[in-house]
Amino acid sequence: MKDISCKLLVIGAGPGGYVCAIRAGQLGIDTVIVEAGKPGGTCLNVGCIPSKALIHAAEEYDRIVHLANGRNPLGIRTTKPELDLSQTIAWKDVIVGRLNSGVSGLLKKAKVKIVQGHARFRDGKTVEVETETGRQIIRAENVVIATGSAPVELPNLPFGGPVISSTEALALTSVPERLVVVGGGYIGLELGTAFAKMGAKVTVVEAQPRILPQYDAELTRPVAKRLQALGIEVMTGAKAMGLAKAGGTLLVEAGDGSEKSLAADKILVTVGRRPVTQEWGLDELVLDMDGPFIRIDERCQTSMRGIYAIGDVTGEPMLAHRAMAQGEMTAEIIAGHKRAWDKRSIPAVCFTDPEVVTVGLSPEDARRTEVDVKVGQFPFSANGRAMTKLAEDGFIRAVARADNHLVLGIQAVGQGVSELAAAFVLALEMGARLEDIAGTIHAHPTQGEAFQEATLKALGQELHI
Amino acid sequence: MGEHLIKMPDVGEGIAEAELVEWHVKVGDLVREDAVLAAVMTDKATVEIPSPVDGEILWLGAEIGDVVAIGSPLIRLKVEGEAGASSESSSAEKASGSPARTEEIEAQADGAVKVPEAIVERQAKSAPPQPTEKPQAPPAKMHRAPVTRAEGEKPVASPAVRLRAREAGVDLRQVSGSGPAGRITHEDLDAFFTHGRQSTKAPGLSQNTSVEHIKVIGLRRKIAEKMAIAKSRIPHITYVEEVDVTALEDLRAGLNASKRADRPKLTLLPFLMRAMVKAIAEQPHLNAIYDDDAGVVHQHGGVHIGIATQTGSGLMVPVVKHAEARDLWECAAELNRLAEAAKSGLASREELSGSTITITSLGAMGGIVTTPVINYPEVAIIGVNKMVVRPVWDGSTFIPRKMMNLSSSFDHRIIDGWDAAVFVQRIKALLETPAMIFVEA
Repeated sequence: MKDISCKLLVIGAGPGGYVCAIRAGQLGIDTVIVEAGKPGGTCLNVGCIPSKALIHAAEEYDRIVHLANGRNPLGIRTTKPELDLSQTIAWKDVIVGRLNSGVSGLLKKAKVKIVQGHARFRDGKTVEVETETGRQIIRAENVVIATGSAPVELPNLPFGGPVISSTEALALTSVPERLVVVGGGYIGLELGTAFAKMGAKVTVVEAQPRILPQYDAELTRPVAKRLQALGIEVMTGAKAMGLAKAGGTLLVEAGDGSEKSLAADKILVTVGRRPVTQEWGLDELVLDMDGPFIRIDERCQTSMRGIYAIGDVTGEPMLAHRAMAQGEMTAEIIAGHKRAWDKRSIPAVCFTDPEVVTVGLSPEDARRTEVDVKVGQFPFSANGRAMTKLAEDGFIRAVARADNHLVLGIQAVGQGVSELAAAFVLALEMGARLEDIAGTIHAHPTQGEAFQEATLKALGQELHI
Repeated sequence: MGEHLIKMPDVGEGIAEAELVEWHVKVGDLVREDAVLAAVMTDKATVEIPSPVDGEILWLGAEIGDVVAIGSPLIRLKVEGEAGASSESSSAEKASGSPARTEEIEAQADGAVKVPEAIVERQAKSAPPQPTEKPQAPPAKMHRAPVTRAEGEKPVASPAVRLRAREAGVDLRQVSGSGPAGRITHEDLDAFFTHGRQSTKAPGLSQNTSVEHIKVIGLRRKIAEKMAIAKSRIPHITYVEEVDVTALEDLRAGLNASKRADRPKLTLLPFLMRAMVKAIAEQPHLNAIYDDDAGVVHQHGGVHIGIATQTGSGLMVPVVKHAEARDLWECAAELNRLAEAAKSGLASREELSGSTITITSLGAMGGIVTTPVINYPEVAIIGVNKMVVRPVWDGSTFIPRKMMNLSSSFDHRIIDGWDAAVFVQRIKALLETPAMIFVEA
């Protein structure tokens, strides 16, 4: 097979890699992208998108179940619904398929060459790809490593049999009767909640003292409350020890030290993700590492000239939108533009029920800095739109410097707040002060009004509470 | 609605005035009871003034850096409840003899030093209407532009401005922002391109024409005043001698190695303190306070050694009281305690005053000679320079010895050069043969 030479080779067509390749192609750079699986990476195939499809289906189903119970305040009467999960999964697969071909189409439109196969570095400028039709050598002036991350496996609970990762959970064709979720982070809670809504008896086993441990307790309280309402048992301070010999049972050391057996049809392990730094020839390179991650500078450059790294393989936060922004920037850097990472914040969203959004500093983080802090919080229980949606749980909170009112962070928990992430992060990137948000007319009646009210509250000028 | 007048509280015995160093509020702020309103500074301590009531700030009676007499009006607050009242100054109140009720409220200060009391006046309901003294509120000083950023603070700018700067090769940290909260606007960038860059010939080197006006306030002002008095009134004579501390260092190392666990680690200073006690016993007029206005030297029996200490906010001099009554270990322990207290801002007024002679040690920094400034109104100060190993000629060969200079200043009005030299030579002899510090001759 004839060797390929190019100016840019991107390894991995996840959100970071494909965005990098598209932008590079748009800028006239001769670009090749290598992907072993389908374009779109974890996010599109086994992560963000399919999980949101499942979460939506579960929500719709749960809503009707709730209405069918007959005691809803809306006055709607209906009969008990049925769920055909295999149909749901097929619908999800159609969406994923549409997005797969969408990414491929965008890459082609940008004149990026797609090579299907597993890439491996031979040296810093040469990569060999095992394709269906044989070995393909690619020589590139610049290489972008965008190999992403994979679910962490627990040594005492290896994947296989009833033990599944998020990937398998998104492909189940029937709802497991009893599901144990090991790891109460956002992935475990999103999926655990969805399956509980679809009728599974769900137990969450979390080693930390509380769920979503990276957030403050106030922010996660509405989520914990909802888990309880859904009948999800949450065991905190508990450790999964392994499967019982008989099978179908997970042994757990509970918070009080006692050992418990949890009967389970499926055990979903969501204890985090690790960067994919194996099986693509990291050993052939001399890259400085940052723990398990590849060390990069503010231009996404690794310690080797001409080799860049973006996305989950470069560290936390492992979020698709971070990878995309890095990919875009790196393509522009390779095209000779002056760019460097100067983002103020990377929003983080948990699609739990209710949803959680954070941008910038939490009140606790902000208080750890040198500056004095003002905090304003507005509950959805005082927001008209939230009332009409039966979505009164949660709040929006704004954190600002006390001296000049520069907004340092915004947090929200509540139904549908994920869409407010756009407003929050824009405020931070634009360097908004509390007065900027307080002085902006927010449409009535929307949940977004709570954002304005939170800033008014921080200024001591709240109107509706 | 009524008004509350808060006067400058009496923050310590015998102090007639205090300097306002910080406002925590501005006109129009709503404050809660116990909220800190201001910080004032006396000779020795910073004191926070809390609000005795809930209310709204109407008027602030001083600017930062102003020296305010005890009892003069400082803050006026609008408070709930009492209607139709107008405020009046304390002197007017006394002169008119209006039946104003004076409340004394125990103030809760969060600072290291408690405010004994804040004097608060409240206009009684029955007070006859008086011509309102229109308070001249100083304009609110928040959100002034351009804002200078603290070191290491990220410049605030929108992504579009950041991109434009990046493409033009401009480091936004060099651009001042005129927008709210110091935000850098496109116009600021335009201005930087037209003005800021012309003088920039070589990248990385640029003329800095900025002048920062820093008000000398607080502890810095106290230090400035004290230094000026000392240098203008006292004709200093400075005498430098080198001391062979090899034997002393051996002794110190030995004591530290075998000391009880509960005892402090010994530095050189406790030895010097004990040596000074011994030398002062022979020359008591060096341990004195010279009241030059009255023409009296107060020669103290107790040796109260001030220790010049660098703290985060500046020079402080905590005092080891009665060094003559403390053994080596006690001197060391007290020294550690005071230095820690001074550095953490917890030293009390008493601990920061009353010295009769002072030690200043820049030893760790190096330097072979200093010309210490006497801690007015004392008459002597002993300066410790860095200990180094130097070759010393013993008559037949050079041998390495641990040598240290003492740079000491004396008030030449009271202390003759001869006496100064005798004193330093005595300390030198004691330190070179440290057993003599501990043995009665």
